[in-house]
Amino acid sequence: MNKNASIRKAGEVTIIELKGKITIGAGDLQMREAIHAALAEGARKLVVDMSQVVTIDSSGVGELVGCFTTATHKGAKMKLMNLPAKISDVLTVTQLITVFDVYPNEAEAIASFSA
Amino acid sequence: MPAAAPGPIVLWLSSRYENIELAQAALAHVCRLRGIDAEMEHWIGMAMREAVANAVKHGNRLDPDKRVLVRLESAGDDLTIVIGDEGGGFDPERISDPLAPENQLKTSGRGIFYIRTFMDDVTFSRGEGGGTVLTMRKDLSKRGDAKGEKP
Repeated sequence: MNKNASIRKAGEVTIIELKGKITIGAGDLQMREAIHAALAEGARKLVVDMSQVVTIDSSGVGELVGCFTTATHKGAKMKLMNLPAKISDVLTVTQLITVFDVYPNEAEAIASFSA
Repeated sequence: MPAAAPGPIVLWLSSRYENIELAQAALAHVCRLRGIDAEMEHWIGMAMREAVANAVKHGNRLDPDKRVLVRLESAGDDLTIVIGDEGGGFDPERISDPLAPENQLKTSGRGIFYIRTFMDDVTFSRGEGGGTVLTMRKDLSKRGDAKGEKP
């Protein structure tokens, strides 16, 4: 548990809730720690809730990509939900929006694991 | 037309990530004086944060004894931000394209791309005492194109 990231369960799905700035030297590392901790505890269905993220920089984006790759290598699926417009824009200009599975809300994100 | 322009603001920051917030505060001050809206301030701020982070991490290699120059000046319809470091310099031509398929899942290499996307002009030069000087300009008259996203 840390200031910028917290973990909760929704059935079999692990929700990583991010908050504030996911930027170099602070939120980026806390996000990585939270996602790696969930993976270490056996989580294989992860959804990252971005609704409370106010900004993300290239370091945060890089960590997000790194966590996605780590999750995939461990046989887990990591998806994103509730992207604020500015966060979506940041992922769009680098074409990463096509890499991640992105959902508009928690219900659809959770349902996607059963599809 | 933007409000009256303040004189240049010059900061010398030690190479710590937390000092990015000081640069952000100075930018917020300039934006408030110039009547720059929150949308445009956000994207200018993102570009500036990337530049300061690069200066701290890649330029000065996190040496707190080395300083980062932040200079903000707004005149007419322009906002110009200069970020300088005291490192060994770098060649911007050697930066790989983050949109190339082979780079898409890399964990780094997007900062300068974001700066170039969100600002209107970006140039790199060598500082008088070595290091890299990044000069970036935003055209404040493009209020409807705050993000500056290239097609």
